[in-house]
Amino acid sequence: MLKTLRTNDTALMILFTLVVLAGPLILAPVGAGYPDLMQRFVIYGIFAIGFNILFGLTGYLSFGHAAFLGVGSYSALWMLKLLSINIVPAIIFAVVVSGLFALLIGFVSLRRSGIYFSILTLAFAQMSYNLAYSVLTPITNGETGLQLDLEDPRILDSAGSAGQVASPSFFGLEMGDTAVVPFLGMDLQFNVGFYVSALILIGMFYLSLRIFRSPFGMILRAVKSNQTRLNYTGFNSRPYTLTAFVISGMYAGLAGALLVCMDPLAGAERMQWTASGEVVLMTIMGGAGTLIGPVLGAGIIKYFENIFSRINDEVVLGWFSALPDWLAEAFTTVISPFLGSGWHISLGLIFMLVVIFLPGGLVEGANRLMNLFTRLSGPRKNTASEEDAYADKGSLPTKAAPSSTVVNTKES
Amino acid sequence: MSILKVKGVNKRFGGLLALDDVNLSVRENTFHAIIGPNGAGKSTLLNCFIGKLMPDSGTVSFNDRSLLGLEPHEINQTGISRVFQTPEVFSELSILENVMIPAFAHRDGAFHISPFKSLAKETAIREQAEKILQDVGLIDERHHTASAMSRGNKRRLEMAMCLVQQPKLLLLDEPTAGMARADTNNTIDLLKTINEAHNITFVVIEHDMHVVFSLADRISVLSQGHVIVEDHPENIKGHPKVQEAYLGTAESE
Ligand SMILES: Nc1ncnc2c1ncn2[C@@H]1O[C@H](COP(=O)(O)OP(=O)(O)OP(=O)(O)O)[C@@H](O)[C@H]1O
Ligand SMILES: [Mg+2]
Repeated sequence: MLKTLRTNDTALMILFTLVVLAGPLILAPVGAGYPDLMQRFVIYGIFAIGFNILFGLTGYLSFGHAAFLGVGSYSALWMLKLLSINIVPAIIFAVVVSGLFALLIGFVSLRRSGIYFSILTLAFAQMSYNLAYSVLTPITNGETGLQLDLEDPRILDSAGSAGQVASPSFFGLEMGDTAVVPFLGMDLQFNVGFYVSALILIGMFYLSLRIFRSPFGMILRAVKSNQTRLNYTGFNSRPYTLTAFVISGMYAGLAGALLVCMDPLAGAERMQWTASGEVVLMTIMGGAGTLIGPVLGAGIIKYFENIFSRINDEVVLGWFSALPDWLAEAFTTVISPFLGSGWHISLGLIFMLVVIFLPGGLVEGANRLMNLFTRLSGPRKNTASEEDAYADKGSLPTKAAPSSTVVNTKES
Repeated sequence: MSILKVKGVNKRFGGLLALDDVNLSVRENTFHAIIGPNGAGKSTLLNCFIGKLMPDSGTVSFNDRSLLGLEPHEINQTGISRVFQTPEVFSELSILENVMIPAFAHRDGAFHISPFKSLAKETAIREQAEKILQDVGLIDERHHTASAMSRGNKRRLEMAMCLVQQPKLLLLDEPTAGMARADTNNTIDLLKTINEAHNITFVVIEHDMHVVFSLADRISVLSQGHVIVEDHPENIKGHPKVQEAYLGTAESE
């Protein structure tokens, strides 16, 4: 049995890797195959995976994770300015700084739980946001935002680029470099920044998989289930939650660093509460506590933000061009409030539908579909095997009681 | 030698004196039952042992070490485990995981992280947990979530969670409440076997006199926050004070 478990995880890992690496090919047909957006899919995927380690496993809902995203961005950008245009030291520095910052905020916030914890994290993040605009202007460059400059000292490699602002690179490979390959009438864009972020995403996904499958992950799930009981069981739950908080803060810092590596500009609005709320939406929409859910949620929300927001009345009219004019216009009037600048409305509606009908997020939806298919395709195996349940839930096998239906929690 | 010593413990809830100068001495490797009418303060007394409540005055010491002021996990790590009156389990986790968690706490201490260790490779812990689940008769359901269990089964699960830690002192708050007769008898047998096989001291709150008299080496009778009698079972049965305590409350109810 144990062997199968490992095989299932390996299969998940391989599938995930293939899908991520094939990003340009998969996203081009849906109009999202350009570097800027693909990078964002991946980077926010990392952010959400990290958030899920805290929220999905321990149940502690942080409303201030954007603060770590911002701290990561500023730290990375300072490294790019002061040390080297190479992204490696910038990323490492950002992860360390955001980790320390998370240690501080987590230490204080985790003294409380539930709504008080959420409010504390929110307060800290808003404080950071306001500080970035005011007192910390020398570090953050206030409203203008921090960016690369011709005068940057860059101790290690300033000689290399006289006359123009350098762009972040991985040992000479510039993040903005893109190879365009025509394929079946589409232009596939293979971008360095995307692939650097994608490899990091794959690594971070693997790390989260390992955490989910470790005794540490199980203890975090026990925190979510019944923290008081856990304390009477002999565990000091506080350092466990703090560790989870710091890990997720470091994931956020990493994401923030990657954002400035792709686009070297860091503004304080990255720390605003809306940004903190966004990662909560991503995680819940995809499926909190599942492995793949947060990445899925991040993808969907970023897709909406970037693609739906661009659909204007003309585009919609185009869809109905085959219909009589008056009908086409009627349709357009009905639909257009939900598109373009109204994309928030559709996102909100979808979010509500998901929360009401699929409390387990899109991953639960996918599972239900899969179950439906297996049931329709004949009753050869009507329940999930033990191994399946184990591999998919990030836990030891868990079956519902024999009386209720066994839900197959297949993720893919 | 007494392993648990309680001296002059008082606990007040507003106007109610829930524990009134309680003295108790539990000898090592004995089965000590605490009985008494509803609301006598039995659960409150146990809460003072495990750090859930802080007595207003008095001392509680375990192996000559004071337990007062210790965090719940510290008390557990000294070798005290407890089964709660209303079952407390990790509902969303599987039954097997529910037992593996305390086993980890026992093996690794209150805080220990090896983030890259795979749960699937912790075979020793797993086997330990499965062995205990076998003993309490839950082995077949081990992959079910704990939320769907009956109350009696949750109690057995909690017992397994405590036993897997091989505690020195096991506190049971009405271990057979909500169990059918057959299950109660199984539990009695289980406790007997454990008591004989391991060096575990039991402090058990129990309303079921059949259980008390089958197991107890010593009985303390608590009434209105006060220990009115402490003696061998045979001396308790016909004790006038005990009769009075039970009949007295029966009348006033
Ligand atoms: N946290 C609390 N706050 C206020 N009053 C409490 C609290 N806990 C217990 N009490 C009161 O203290 C008294 C003793 O309660 P306790 O639960 O210890 O009784 P018990 O002997 O365990 O009874 P039972 O047999 O019903 O379990 C009761 O009157 C109860 O209402
Ligand atoms: Mg009680």
